Amino acid sequence: METDQLIRTLAADNPHRARPVGLVLALALLVAAPFSLSMFMMKLGVRPDVMTAMHNPFFDLKFVITLALAISAIVVGLHLSRPEASLKGWGWLLLIPVGIIAAGIGSEMMMPQRLPMMTRLIGNNSRVCMTAIPLLSVPLLAGALIGLRHGAPARPALAGAVAGLISAGLAATLYASHCTDDSPLFVATWYPIATAMVTAAGALIGARVLRF
Amino acid sequence: MREGEDEWTGLMRLAISGDSAAYQRLLKAITPVLRAGARRGLARAGQPVDQSEDVVQDILLAVHLKRHTWDANAPFAPWLFAIARNKLIDSLRRRGRRVFVNIDDFAETIPDEPAAETASASEIATALQTLPPRQREVLQSIAVESASIKDTAAKFAMSEGAVRVALHRALTSLTAKLREQ
Repeated sequence: METDQLIRTLAADNPHRARPVGLVLALALLVAAPFSLSMFMMKLGVRPDVMTAMHNPFFDLKFVITLALAISAIVVGLHLSRPEASLKGWGWLLLIPVGIIAAGIGSEMMMPQRLPMMTRLIGNNSRVCMTAIPLLSVPLLAGALIGLRHGAPARPALAGAVAGLISAGLAATLYASHCTDDSPLFVATWYPIATAMVTAAGALIGARVLRF
Repeated sequence: MREGEDEWTGLMRLAISGDSAAYQRLLKAITPVLRAGARRGLARAGQPVDQSEDVVQDILLAVHLKRHTWDANAPFAPWLFAIARNKLIDSLRRRGRRVFVNIDDFAETIPDEPAAETASASEIATALQTLPPRQREVLQSIAVESASIKDTAAKFAMSEGAVRVALHRALTSLTAKLREQ
């Protein structure tokens, strides 16, 4: 085909408007969320003492951390969905949840504790945590990848990793309402391991599916 | 920055606000620049430069299908060159080359040689054959026979809306086929 012919054809298709990447990402995550939510309700469920737990600031802090991760990853992911974008000037956003965990650990240290540090760090649910977060992430990761695929990321593996962070952040938000380990030390140890697994999977899949 | 890049940004803004003639002018204006960049990139990778038109068409398709990722407040050229680099790397990779693409391949200079009026490439033509018949007919009617949407609709007894949908689908499936190759 001649290039002029192609250009004429593209011009004829100019009235077609694609949806913004942010909208497609939001829709894809909204479609994926019920799948993760029903997995969560069937296998885990919210912890029975949730009404009392809500008065514990360290229980609430878990949601601040996981949602901070999800939201900052969404912002970075949308930025990276533009072909000329790089992580420069944006990567620090992903450090926000890390900073919140650090602040949480600091404030817990200043309070009198019934349990020794290592006991709080190891907790009772580390294995469930490391299994549940990656599994609950699966539908959300698919949604995040479908959303970002609508963009044009110049670095597909990196964008895929960020899709992993989005889904891990959201999955960890669900999981946090089940888990009875509220110490920031527990959160700082096991949640990141689970998140790293999802991020690695996102990078591997993203390298394949996010090329445009 | 080269003269004319501001003009590109203006044309792209017009295009997005619905001016298809401006869009066509923009695509024509960027094509020689893309062609020169593609030639440079292929030459650097030790590939025959006569494949450059395939790369150019590949880039134009990507520009078209991903133009919603351009931020209308940003200059157009950096976005365009990012897409162009990506597609050049992609097409060298498909030809089995371990690639290094110079980031200046596209941004460097205006081509000195007067650009060919138009050039032909085979990849899209090959991919076209694998499309569903209706999409192929609509695309060919508009591309090859330069029929308008309206004439195409009349010819195939379709509504204009259906022609538009078939045309857009044809372009997205072409891109998907090219990626598979």
